Formats: sequence, C-alpha cells, structure tokens
Amino acid sequence: MIDAHLESKAYPPIKKPGLRRFHQARWDEPIIFELSCPGARGVILPGIEPGIRQVVGDPLESIPTRLRRRLPPRLPEISQPQVLRHYVRLSQENLGADFNIDVGQGTCTMKYSPKINDQLAFSPHSSELHPLQDQDTVQGILEVMYRFEQILKEISGLERFSFQPRGGSAAIYANACIIRAYHASSGQQDQRDEIITTIFSHPSDAACPKTAGFKIITIYPDEDGYPDLQALKSAVSERTAGLMITNPEDTGIFNPRIAEFVEVVHAAGGLCAYDQANANGLLGISRAREAGFDLCHFNLHKTFSSPHGSGGPAVGAIGATQELARFLPLPLVSFDGNRYRLDYDLPESIGKVGSFYGVPQVVLRSFAWVLSLGADGLREAAEIAVLNNNYLLTKMLKIRGVSAPYARGRRRIEQVRYSWEQLAKETGISSEQIGLRAADFGVHYWTSHHPYIVPEPCTLEPTESYSNAELDEYLAILEHVAGEAYTNPEIVKSAPHNSTVHLIDHTALDDPSLWATTWRAYQRKICMKPINGEG
Amino acid sequence: MKSEQPVVYPYIPNSVPAIKRQMLQEIGAQSIMELYEDIPQRLRQTARMNLPPALLSEHELRRYIEGLLARNKMPGEYLSFLGAGCYQHFVPAICDEVNRRGEFLTAYAGEPYDDHGRFQALFEYTSMMGELLNMEVVNVPTYDGFQATATALRMASRLTGRSEVLLPASMGRDKLSMVRNYCKPDLDLRLIGYDLHSGQIDLEALRAALSDRTAAVYLENPAYLGFLEQSAAEIGEIAHRYGAVFVVGTNPITLGALAPPADYGADIACGDIQPLGIHMNYGGGQGGFIATHDEEEYVRQYPNRLFGIAPTIVEGEYGFGDVAYERTSFARREEGNEWVGTMAALWGITAGVYLSLMGPQGMAEIGENLLARSRYAQKKMAEIPGVSVPLFAAPHFMEFGVNFDATGKRVAEINKALLEHGIFGGKDLSVEFPELGESALYCVTEVHSQEDLDRLAAALREVLA
Amino acid sequence: MAEKKLGLIVNPVAGLGGRVGLKGSDGEAIQRQARARGAKPQAGERAERAIRRLASHRQTFQLITYPAEMGEVPARRAGLAAQVVGAIQPGRTTPQDTQRAAREMQELGVGLLLFAGGDGTARDIYAALGEGMPALGIPAGVKIHSATFAITPEAAGELAAAWLTATIPTRSAEVMDIDETAFRQGRVSARLCGYLRVPFRRNLVQAAKSPSPAGEEADQEAIAIEVARRLQPGWCYLLGPGTTTRAIAAHLGLEKSLLGVDVICDGCLIARDVDERQLLEVIEGRKAKIILTPIGGQGHILGRGNQPISPSVLQKVGPEGLVVVSTRQKIDALRGAPLRVDSGDPGLDRQLSGYTRVITGYGEECVYRVSNG
Repeated sequence: MIDAHLESKAYPPIKKPGLRRFHQARWDEPIIFELSCPGARGVILPGIEPGIRQVVGDPLESIPTRLRRRLPPRLPEISQPQVLRHYVRLSQENLGADFNIDVGQGTCTMKYSPKINDQLAFSPHSSELHPLQDQDTVQGILEVMYRFEQILKEISGLERFSFQPRGGSAAIYANACIIRAYHASSGQQDQRDEIITTIFSHPSDAACPKTAGFKIITIYPDEDGYPDLQALKSAVSERTAGLMITNPEDTGIFNPRIAEFVEVVHAAGGLCAYDQANANGLLGISRAREAGFDLCHFNLHKTFSSPHGSGGPAVGAIGATQELARFLPLPLVSFDGNRYRLDYDLPESIGKVGSFYGVPQVVLRSFAWVLSLGADGLREAAEIAVLNNNYLLTKMLKIRGVSAPYARGRRRIEQVRYSWEQLAKETGISSEQIGLRAADFGVHYWTSHHPYIVPEPCTLEPTESYSNAELDEYLAILEHVAGEAYTNPEIVKSAPHNSTVHLIDHTALDDPSLWATTWRAYQRKICMKPINGEG
Repeated sequence: MKSEQPVVYPYIPNSVPAIKRQMLQEIGAQSIMELYEDIPQRLRQTARMNLPPALLSEHELRRYIEGLLARNKMPGEYLSFLGAGCYQHFVPAICDEVNRRGEFLTAYAGEPYDDHGRFQALFEYTSMMGELLNMEVVNVPTYDGFQATATALRMASRLTGRSEVLLPASMGRDKLSMVRNYCKPDLDLRLIGYDLHSGQIDLEALRAALSDRTAAVYLENPAYLGFLEQSAAEIGEIAHRYGAVFVVGTNPITLGALAPPADYGADIACGDIQPLGIHMNYGGGQGGFIATHDEEEYVRQYPNRLFGIAPTIVEGEYGFGDVAYERTSFARREEGNEWVGTMAALWGITAGVYLSLMGPQGMAEIGENLLARSRYAQKKMAEIPGVSVPLFAAPHFMEFGVNFDATGKRVAEINKALLEHGIFGGKDLSVEFPELGESALYCVTEVHSQEDLDRLAAALREVLA
Repeated sequence: MAEKKLGLIVNPVAGLGGRVGLKGSDGEAIQRQARARGAKPQAGERAERAIRRLASHRQTFQLITYPAEMGEVPARRAGLAAQVVGAIQPGRTTPQDTQRAAREMQELGVGLLLFAGGDGTARDIYAALGEGMPALGIPAGVKIHSATFAITPEAAGELAAAWLTATIPTRSAEVMDIDETAFRQGRVSARLCGYLRVPFRRNLVQAAKSPSPAGEEADQEAIAIEVARRLQPGWCYLLGPGTTTRAIAAHLGLEKSLLGVDVICDGCLIARDVDERQLLEVIEGRKAKIILTPIGGQGHILGRGNQPISPSVLQKVGPEGLVVVSTRQKIDALRGAPLRVDSGDPGLDRQLSGYTRVITGYGEECVYRVSNG
C-alpha cells in the first residue's frame, strides 16, 4: 500500500517568524465608574443577628449627627463577575516579569519570583496573622524572620538586621536616621550635617538623607566612569556625617577602590552606608564587611526574588555592625535558644520607621528563595547574572548606534548603562523612542534615573532568570528596532503601535487647570459635569 | 556539602554547564570569575558562605516552610479581638484573585503604554478613595498609615513655611515614634492633652498651643483608642483661624457610616487602607493614603506619585501618566519633595477591587455591622463585674477601651488566661498609656458573630471570676 | 490652536574662515580672503540638515525665512515650503540683515527662531531680540562659545520638532563674543553680550509637558536661598555675571547688572558693573568672597565674561574665597567635561584647578573638577 501522505504534504511545516507578532491586549476598558448600575451588588455582608439588634437598637444612633455621613459615597455599583472581568482585563494590559523577557529594567532586578514562595506566603498561616498576637502563637513567622536575619548576616558580614523599612528608599532613610543618631550620641549632630553620595547612586541616596535633615554633597565620576576618589577626598571634612553609596552603581561598574572610599570617610569621622540595591551580582562574591561598611541595605524585592507587586509591598532590609546595632528600629527578633521573641530592649533605638515589623511575607519569600538555592546556588545566581550581563554587553555593542560609556573594554557586574547617542546623532531618534518601539515586540526597557549623565541612556539588567535564547531574542528585537531607526524612522517615532494605548498627550498632566488624579476631578474639570450632592 | 555533579538550578536557566561554556566562549572569557576583574582580591569572599543546606526539591522546601508556618496560630483557630492599626475583616475572594495574578504581581515600572492596566487600576483606586473621602486628589499608596501621617505633616509644613505641629496625646505611641523620626529635622511636635473621662482633645490646651508658628493640627477620627472626636469640626475651624493646616487621620472602613474628614474641614486626610480587602499578613498588609482637594499648592507638595488621566493621540483612548512629575525624587533627585520609591501599589489595586465590590450599599452595611457588633460586645462586657467599658464616655466606632482596674487583675494576666480559652484579648494599653491603668483596646468587626461575642463575654467572666 | 510659526535665519558667511585656516569670519576683508582661498559656506548646508528633521511635521507649522542663501534655499533643499520675507543683496549679506530678519520675524509672530551661524550670529540675534522670543542656534561657525547652540544641526532640528509638538521649557543661555583681532593674535578674550531664551530638552516624556514651575528658575531660587543663608555681616560679596548670580541678588531685593560684576555688602549693592580697578578699591582692607557661576558653553568660571575679576582681585580674596554656584542643568550640560579657569595667570589657574564645591540648591552641593587646561 502506498503511503499517500509521503507524496504530498497538506501544508508546509509551520515556520515561526523571526520576531514575535506581539500585540498587547487592548480592551479599551472603561473606567470602572462607567460600569456602574444602580442597585447592583458585588458582595453581601453578614446580616446583623436579631439577637444583636435587640440589644443595641439602631447602631447609628450613637453617632452624633454631624459626624454621620450625609450622602452615600458615589462608589460604582457592579455585580461580582463584572468586577472580575474588568480587573482581569486590566491585568492583561501589563508587561509583568511573569511573561515578558524583563531584562530591560536595570537596577530593578526583575528575576523570577518562584510561585512556590508566593503560595507559601498566601497560606492562611502566614496571611491571617495579626501582628499583635501573643508571641507564643506566632513562633513560626518569628523563626522565619530570625533565620533570614542570620542568612543576611552571613551574606553581608554585618551583625544585625531589621526588616521594618517597607522599601529600599525607606531603608536608606532609616540608615540616615541611624547615622544621625550615632553622631548625636557623641554630641556632633550639629557639626556633622553633610552626607556624601555619587551622581550614579540611586536618587534616594540623596533624597532620603536630605529628608532626614542632611546637606547633600554629590560627587561626579572620573573620566572612566568610576566614582572619583580625589573628588571624595576634596569633599570630606569635619562636617562629614557619612557616605551613602550604591556599588556597583547603575552603570554596572564596580568601584575597585570602594574600600579606600570607606577609609577616607572613616578617617574624616563619618559612617558609610552601602546601598546594595545592586547586589545581585555579588552574592557570595563580595561583602559589605570587607569593604568596611558600617551599614547596608538589601532590596528583598529585587535581589531576593520577592515579586515587585506593581510597585510594592516591599522590604528594604537594613544591616548594621555590632557598634551601630543599638540604633536599629525596634523591635528586632531575638532567640534565647528556646523561643523567638520580638525584642524591644534597645534603649538607644531610633524608634520606629514604619508600622509593625515590615512585610513578613516578603521576608518569607526571600527566606524560601535562599533555602531553595543554598550557598552554592546563591553564588551560581550571582555568577550567571554577571555572565548573562556580559553576554548581553558583548552582543549589544555589535548593534549599530550603541555604546557602553565608561570603563571601555572592561567587564561589568550585573547591569550596563548603554547609550544610543551614536544612533541619535545619526537618525535623530531618542532612547525613549527606541524603548517605545521595542514594546511593539513585547519587551520594554528603562532609560535611567535623572539627570541623564549618559546621553540617550538605556539600562539593562538581565539577572540570572533568563536563558541565553531569551537574551538572544531581546537582542534581536533591539537590533531590529535600531535598524528601523536608520531605514524606517517614522515607524519608530510614532511607536508604540502594538501596546495597549498609543502616545499620551502629557499637556494635561502638568497643567493645574487640566490635571485629574481621580474620576471626580476628571468629571468636573474635563467633562464639565457639576457635582451633585456632596463635594 | 559540595556536590560532585554541577547542579542545574530550575530558577537559573543558564546554569546548564554546556550553555555556560558556550556563552563564555562567545564573550571571549575563560571563566566567569574573569568577569569580576574590577573587584580587588582583598574584597573577595574566599570561604563558601555558611548557609543552611539547600532544599533543592520544591517538595522539601514546601514541607519545611509549611512546618514552620504550622506553628503559627491564626484567628480562625483563635477568636481575635485585636486591632490597633491592623484589622481582621472579611476579604472577598475576588480581591485575592486579582492581586495574586502574575500580571499584577510581577509588573513593576513599565511605561503607561505597556503597563496601562496597572495605571488604570491604580487610578480607579484613587478615584474610589476620592469618593469615599470627598476629595479630588489621592496619592498612589505610600508605605503605611504611619508614613501617610508623617508625610501629611511635612506637606503642611512646606505649605505654610511653619515648623510646629500639634498632635493629640491619645495617638498610638508607635505612630508617634515614627512621626518623630520622620519630622525630626524640620518640625517641632507638641502633644495636646486629652480628657481622661471622654478621651476628647483638650480644646483649651489646643487653643493655647496654637500660634502663627503652627503648621498643622492633627487628629484622628476614630481615634487610636477607638472613640470619635466630637469637636472635630470646631478644631478645624480654630486651626484655620491661625492659618494652620487641618490634617485628619481616619479609617476608610468607617466612611460608609461616618462623615469623611473633608466634610468637617480637613485639608489633608490620611490613613491606612489595610482594612479594605487586604489580609493582615502579620502587619505586612498596610498601605497609606493621603488625600487633599485639588489645589495646585497642595498637589505640588505630594512626594508620592499621582496618576492622572490624559488623552492619547488616538481619539477615545484613555491614557495615564504622572501628574507634575517634576515633584518627585525620580526626576530631580534631592530637590524633589521627600522621596518616592517602591511602596504598596498592589494593596492599592486590592483596595480598589474591594471598594468596587462593596459599593455604597456595602460600605453603609459594613459601617452598620461594625457599630452594631461593637456596641453589643460593649454591652455584654459591661455586665461583667469589675469591667468598665467603654473606657471613654464618648461614641465609639469598632474599637473601644476596656478597663479592668476594679478586677484587681492585670491585662497581661487576663490575656494569658483568655488564650487558654482560644481568644486573643484586646491590646494591652497599660505600658503605652499608664494613665489609663489596666486597660485593653478591643476591636470588634463584622467577622465576629453574636456567638463569638457571647463566647468572649463568657470567657471573660470566667477568667475574672 | 493656532498654527505654530518657526523662523529660520542663515548667516551665509558663518564658518567661512575656519576651514581655510582663518579664525572667524567677521568683516568683509576676512570674507574676501576666505573666498579667495576657496572657502565654501557651511551654514546653509547645516541649516538644511537641521530643518530636514521637521519634514514629517510640515503640515503642522509655518516656516518663515529670508531670501536666497539666508534661508530660502536651504528650506527648499530640505523639502519644506516657506514664506519668504524681506530683501537682501545675495552674496553680500551683513549683520544688519540678520538683525532686520530677526525683528521682522518677531513682528510676524514667530514662536521659535532657528539661526545658523556662530557666536557673531548669536550676538546679532540678541541685539535684535534681547531675552524675549525663544531662539536656538544651529552650529555652523568656527568659534562656538555661546551656550545658545544645539550640539549638532540634527539636534537643533529635533529640539525644534519637540517644540512643534508640545510646549517645552526654555532657559537663559549666554551669548558670548570673542574679540576677533585678539583671537587671531593668539589671545582669547571673551565678552558676555547677553542672554537668549533657548529651548532645552529633557527626555521625550518630560519634553512633552508644559513648563512646570520646577524649571531652572526654581533651582536658581533654591541656590539663592542657600547663598543668602551663608552671607555674613561685614563681608563683601563680589557677584560675577550670570543668571544664577542675578537670581541671588534678586532674592535679596537687589537689581544686579546684567553683564557686569557687582558687589554686595550687608544686604546692599555697594558697587555695580565695576572694572578691576574699582573692585580692588572696594575690597581694600575688607573681607571678601567671590561668587561665580559658569559662563558660556564650556563651563568657564573664570576667564569668560568676568574680566574685572582679575588675578589681582583673586589674589586678594584668596582661593578659599571663591564660591561657585550653578544649577544642575548647567553642570549636567558639561557632560563630564570639567569647569574651567582661565584667569590670565597660569600659576593662579594651576592653584585653582583640582576640585571645587558647587552650590546646586538648598542644602545641596556637588564636588566638581576644575581644569586649567
């Protein structure tokens, strides 16, 4: 019998296109108020038992009239499935790390957040705990916090950690408070009012100590892009309270003289705080301790895999040497060999920098992540993050119009700040425009913090979570878009085309007569609807 | 424990040895350690880190962590009457469904074009809060209610150019500690006494303390200790007479029944959104809101992100972006107001889901529920000999102080005994507010059935006998 | 919204001298010399490169220009329709033509004026417009010391394109003029002529927003507050030229001279627009500090536009008496290049080189390199 199918195929083998024909969900979803239908209900509450009513009568009676709400809030009234559909549609209109090659968000460390850790964090024995419960009833979560502190001690070489700050910037602020308290304890708080930082450190390394009352002295890099040691020497004085510095900086360049930096500041009588937002390439390789730092902080939602949550919740874990541990915010978590407890016995503590103990679920996820890797795995994560980054660097430099300013010919740690300056000069197209066009293929990138020292910047951090095939795909997209800048600039300038929405007209956002941060403001100012009822 | 075979880690795709080699070759490096050339030897860790042995299998990891977590006892296994800033409310299933979706959980800092959903969800949250609060400007959530208060006070100071802030002595000590820390460089904090009988702020003391140096007058309604400040409107008027900003901290769950602060003259309203559909999370579910009217000078003082709605180049399309972006530290480093960073966005989205499910009827009903159950509990507890409740002669919302002085027992003892009955008693106030004697702060919510409340009364009766 | 009007003025002789080894191109004699050496005009081609960037926006604006080589020809070559006004003698254009063109365009309601040329052209535009209508230079001359030019012709075009699609902020930029004769004799002597309002670009997102109060003025006010805090009774403060030093004086309620060196003491202006001799007299026997801000496109804190602050004055005050102030934008615009000192005394310059603190805002400073090279 002749096999007929060997003679003629019904169709040729399917060949996927070189670049994905990506299109983001575009639901044109109305604002939730527009879905409102008077009388509709989303959830019903438990009714008040007759037994209770008998005893209390009308509960509202006890509230003085002038404190009672006069008119119901004009919240939307929507049925439950409609609410679900609305929000699920909105969820589709994002590019989360779960589904895009998120190597473009330099310094954010968009690594894989293991789902097992999320499931553990959602479990009722974690999510249903009240922070003021008797400590005997929360030994489990206290143990998690204690054990993770021990892990961070090992990773950093510092002596005590607090998880109370609810983000990286909050951690920097807390460290600035500790520096303030330290100098106050020797009566020098008025004299020592200057914090030194670098222009390539995270903006919070300047903004947070300023909020804490310090003057900020910023030093600029030398020609090679390294923090300028001579500038630092010129900057220190008897007014120096401390140094707050990110290393490697957002350029991905590790400051080889970091220990000297610390020595210079110590010699001047200041303290040194290590912003370890960019720690992902250093785990198991290099520590705060050997460089001489007094304080440090880690972003658990970056290096330690806790998901970013669209912008929080998060934890900035702060670490201190033994000498400075006495100033840490309270409570800490201690263990007496038998029992874990919240330790309030810190008479010189700066007090509280936030409510309760920070975000324990973020600590839990971080703890689980470290446990799943162990010392060798953590080191592997760091090494692969650096390998991935240098792989990306080698190949990015082959794309027309790209350069990696500073430290030419040298390797980087875990991220690189590139420049599209050459391409911009030749085509007039900016880095932002390249980024917007890249979104048409399902990826995005971040340019840089302000000010843009590197012109036409683009900061990529691949982390350890993406395969080389995915890195190649990302490169192919950027190469394609860069090519379009030269051959078909209009399509780049008018991007994005495949995103949920198109170019936004920003005039409304800076004009006080037009800006609207709520629907009611929009109704009043733009739709010209009078507010009936309250307001 | 070093393994002979190199481990290939599920979370690290390129840990496959052949891939590593190939990549190294492509970049012209012999080893990965070469790539660390900029790190001098003396800064390198030589020894392997002393960390717990790896739990490479997901099964082992789950077992271990679940084992740890099993040692926690949750409300559910216990009857809890704890509040004081973190509240046990019912969380609608849709709230968890939305905030556990990877699309929201793993999004971060994309542009308004490719993270449009996140922007819209947060704009809707701020809009719904705006309706609840009767105010037109609401921030994208900050860290927690403590931060909201602290920032609101600094905003007031920037607005007025003044440096003195008046606070009620009845406010929680933890919040006060945090606010002190935050306001230390620029502001002088003065505590205004309260009436031991009614809890209300001492109006005379307030009047005496106000001056043209006062940047803000702050009060909380309901107060930390659970009662309502009945003279709130009057206090606002007095503050305004001196040109001070009137800042009111409130609990959003009460605003279906209670008038929002804007209605009695608040310039800035602030508080915590945890009660709105967010689990307690051992204190990890907090998020702060700050709201004002739409006045340019106020808007320019916000340190946080404000998302505004804007048209795009395509007709009929909504877009979003940052309002007055130049304010924030992202754009102008230390010259911006305070700072902004990763805060509590996911909880903002969740609170939006909650408010849209509840609607105006749900918010009214929950207000009624909280009031009814709380009053019932108070009445039941008042029948117990030696128990004085509520602590203050004033209307309360869902939290109330209970005084045990007449029983001769200390709150710590009582709570320990209640534990045996499977009950978490109210927060012990005796250290925080020694002037209140042996008092505890009890919180009753809609999760407490009549049966639960009767059980509390019975247990207390037994414990105090 | 009314259609935006863009003006274009090309100085056809700008840059004429450079390519053939002559410095500058002012004056008919130099121009003849240059053409004799086979020089070809550069400015037209540069202008064309710049406005080519606007081709895709052609429906949204009206281009107004001057005849022939002063704009009409480059516009046509770039594929843009233009309204041509005015009259010139082709081949024999003068600075007066440039000034007349600028004034005419201003009257016609032009919102942004692009001019192709060098420092001399900038000087002419300033003479005609003052610090009013926004203007932006397309670099085409040999010597560019003014801060009023874009980095490249294409960059000028992109800035103009950004201006067409939205409102972008402007800042004051120095118009410098180098003494040509001295220059050809190997000496550099610069004069600050005035300021033009120049559009500047942040990133695309920012550029599309309307000017917010947090622009350069806010930064200058912050610097002014910081400086005011530090003033001590009985001390003299010499304020060099610059918009930031002007803001400091304004904050104190004093009106500083636009281009000169003034002296403040105990809240009063005790000397205004003085020369070196007068300065030495004023500070004789008194404690003094000098407040300087970078002038011109190359970040000179000494040697451009503040000649009265001579080596003698500097020696009297001492290096520790120098206070440098600058907005962040100015520092960032240096793109990593150092601040410069060129006082005329190489020994003094060496002494001043190294690092200096720069006040950049309220409670904010940076430490920046200073070069004497």
